Amino acid sequence: MTETLHRRAVVKSLLAERRDLLVVAGLGSAAWDCTAAGDSPLTFPMWGGMGTAAMLGLGLALAQPGRRVLVVTGDGEMLMGLGSLATIGVQRPENLAIAVIDNEHYGETGMQATHTAHGVDLAAVALGCRFRSAHVVRRPAELEPARRALLGDAGPILVQIKVVAETLPLVLPPHVGVRLKNRFLQALLGETAARG
Amino acid sequence: MSAADWPQEVHGALKGAGVRLVGYVPDAGHKQLIELCQADPELHSIVLTTEEEGIGLAAGAWLGGARSVLLMQSSGVGNCINALGMVRECRFPLLMLVTMRGEEGEFNPWQVPMGRATRSVLESMHVTVRRAEAAEEIAQSVTAAAQLAFDRGLAVAVLIAQRVIGIKSFQEEAAS
Repeated sequence: MTETLHRRAVVKSLLAERRDLLVVAGLGSAAWDCTAAGDSPLTFPMWGGMGTAAMLGLGLALAQPGRRVLVVTGDGEMLMGLGSLATIGVQRPENLAIAVIDNEHYGETGMQATHTAHGVDLAAVALGCRFRSAHVVRRPAELEPARRALLGDAGPILVQIKVVAETLPLVLPPHVGVRLKNRFLQALLGETAARG
Repeated sequence: MSAADWPQEVHGALKGAGVRLVGYVPDAGHKQLIELCQADPELHSIVLTTEEEGIGLAAGAWLGGARSVLLMQSSGVGNCINALGMVRECRFPLLMLVTMRGEEGEFNPWQVPMGRATRSVLESMHVTVRRAEAAEEIAQSVTAAAQLAFDRGLAVAVLIAQRVIGIKSFQEEAAS
């Protein structure tokens, strides 16, 4: 077994036993990873709004306190919404978890290095923002404990998972926003909610 | 009810519209309304670092079945532009209450450009704009805007004219 992590396998294992988990997938590779792991109406993949994935997670977590919410996003997307970590740290919803799939690059735009490639530590930022827990995962052996923490530990929790920077085949979710919204509402709240 | 009681009327209008979450970046013009929302155990108030966060918050809340409102001043509208593209594409209902700056009585000239652009920026991003020119109109405008947002699935902003807020100097603001 190699000592490096690959994003598709990481996200697949995070979502392997998702049951009634609600998932927000951040713009770009993180959304493709979630789709490759198996598309679900209870995944809301974002095709825009870069920097707001964690806030969608917060809104969802506050609206549905009885359900676990997992935001799966990339380092570039998370860096654009650093302030949202402070906002989440004020609210401290126990049911919110964030997995940052950190390849240290902007994968969709030509693999330019992000701030995390220069040592910016998102887990430390999250701890500074009053997250209940946050840490960095670098090796395969650390992944299963991290998955259990993301799905079960009291949030807000952030796990920054270092993965190999690689260009992978696109696995695209549906892209019509109204359809993504309505399928989520229907799966979560039933037929009438999706008619709006 | 006197004209000065508009924050109380708006608070009632928001409750009547079924709003549960209140995202805000503070503005002096929203001071009383924010305090009323914070004191209300049925409302969840969320202080934001930037207005753009509020767009994500509102979208996520809607996905979870909750109605929300965003309070901000006009300068914050500029911070929301790209996120409003998501609102448009997904047709998320959105209710924004925007206190205007850069208008009559403004003491800070740096507020003027964004104040002038607020309406056109919102309309460019397909947000329906309503404007309240007097304190007595505000709660009614909010109720109508909430219906457009939550029953018809539109993004709607109510702009509250600066002369309603009436802050004319740093001294007055500091003393308020």
